[in-house]
Amino acid sequence: MRKEVPLIITFLAGAFFIADYFIPHTGFSDLAAKINGWAIIVLAASYILGVLNILRINYGRVAKREKDWILKLILVLCMFFMLGAGIFGGITEGTLFDWFFVNTFTPMQATMFALLAFYIASAAFRAFRVRTVQAALLAITAVLVMIGRVPIGETIWKSFPDFTEWIMNVPQLAGKRAILIGAALGAIATGLKVITGLERTYMGQD
Amino acid sequence: MEFWQKLLAIDRRIIFIFVAFAIIVPLFIIAPPGFLKKIDVSLPVQSLYDYVENLPPGSKIMIAFDYDPPTTPELQPMAVSFLKHCFTKDLKVIMLGLWPQGPVQAQFAMEREILVDEKIKAKNLQYGIDYVNLGFQAGNEFVILRMGTDIAAAFPVDYFGTRTKEIPLMKDVKNFDNIRLVYNISAGYPGTYEWVIFAGDRFGVKIAGGNTAVQYPHNSPYVQTGQLVGLLGGMAGAAGYEKVSGYLGKATKYMLSQAVSHAMVIFFIILGNLAYFITRGRKV
Repeated sequence: MRKEVPLIITFLAGAFFIADYFIPHTGFSDLAAKINGWAIIVLAASYILGVLNILRINYGRVAKREKDWILKLILVLCMFFMLGAGIFGGITEGTLFDWFFVNTFTPMQATMFALLAFYIASAAFRAFRVRTVQAALLAITAVLVMIGRVPIGETIWKSFPDFTEWIMNVPQLAGKRAILIGAALGAIATGLKVITGLERTYMGQD
Repeated sequence: MEFWQKLLAIDRRIIFIFVAFAIIVPLFIIAPPGFLKKIDVSLPVQSLYDYVENLPPGSKIMIAFDYDPPTTPELQPMAVSFLKHCFTKDLKVIMLGLWPQGPVQAQFAMEREILVDEKIKAKNLQYGIDYVNLGFQAGNEFVILRMGTDIAAAFPVDYFGTRTKEIPLMKDVKNFDNIRLVYNISAGYPGTYEWVIFAGDRFGVKIAGGNTAVQYPHNSPYVQTGQLVGLLGGMAGAAGYEKVSGYLGKATKYMLSQAVSHAMVIFFIILGNLAYFITRGRKV
């Protein structure tokens, strides 16, 4: 039964939602909407799992005084601080949660992402080598798109933005569409295998 | 030869200093008018503008803020210029987020840019009548599917805790049938791709997108197929929308910085390859 019950649930849920896509009946749609509501609740509960997972991972490391344990302790304390601030003080404008969100979380996240620009430039200098024909094509295309996407492009050549658009809309799009179609066919095949019980790795077994 | 070998072994912190100057210095320089005129308005940007421009006053637009602070420099200007365009056209705006920080970004856009704008002030916008922020809901694409039948069921309360069904703007909004356009500003998952599949294809609502430059190529196929009304890509897309709508803002301002930093990266690619070919076969 440990195998059969999950397989039956998966089959019924999968078949139901495929049928929902093709049956425009109100009663059927209402039932599907209700079940979607369940999915939202399950996914919302995963946030609690996330918190528990952070605790599980960091508790052991802090207790054993492993490397950087103080940073892990700060992480857990900050998490509980923000959780408490949000639950007891609310998250709207002017609250403690909002102040910390705007003045610490927002600039720190933005800073982390901004560092990417520096690493890209450094990597471009060190790793973007034109060793093969393919690498040459990649480098030339990248340079052309980078020039064409900013006003420098039009200053150099009036039709530069149009040329960049052509690169994006023809060769890039053709490649992207091929990947998307391939991925979609793969997703359909995998979905059918899961629904029909041929694919069982999601149950933790082959 | 020794110079090129030394160049290849350059400390990356020197590169970082060059990049820092390339980004920061242009922020303090006023771009010449000729430069601003050269900002390109791509077809997907123009088609989004045209679609909004032709909507009758009072039409309801939904904006999904599916991003967080790291991508704010690229995406927030897309939100601001689009919101300004909507309010100037007297459209009603429903904001929400499938990312936890999304609705906060929506509040930032309204409080820091929209409600302080002199032209918009004259409109005397009222929360709950002209615009609403439904807040965040966990559940990714399942939330979109739920909204297809009942938006109030997916978002029972708004950002401030008011029951959605009690908000005047939401009283005659049942599902996507009552929405003329969903504009998704996204930095990843869930984002434009999910809105296209689960809202556009499933329920027939018109979708438009605003993406980071990295994400733009992933969603651009849906413009050609007509599944997206329009698509803004990166800072260039945001600046394009500012140009076409006439609300010059941060994207236009940042374009000079972006242009110089692009030139800097290209310079490093060329310099790196030059040094590589000159010193090839020799020990560095």
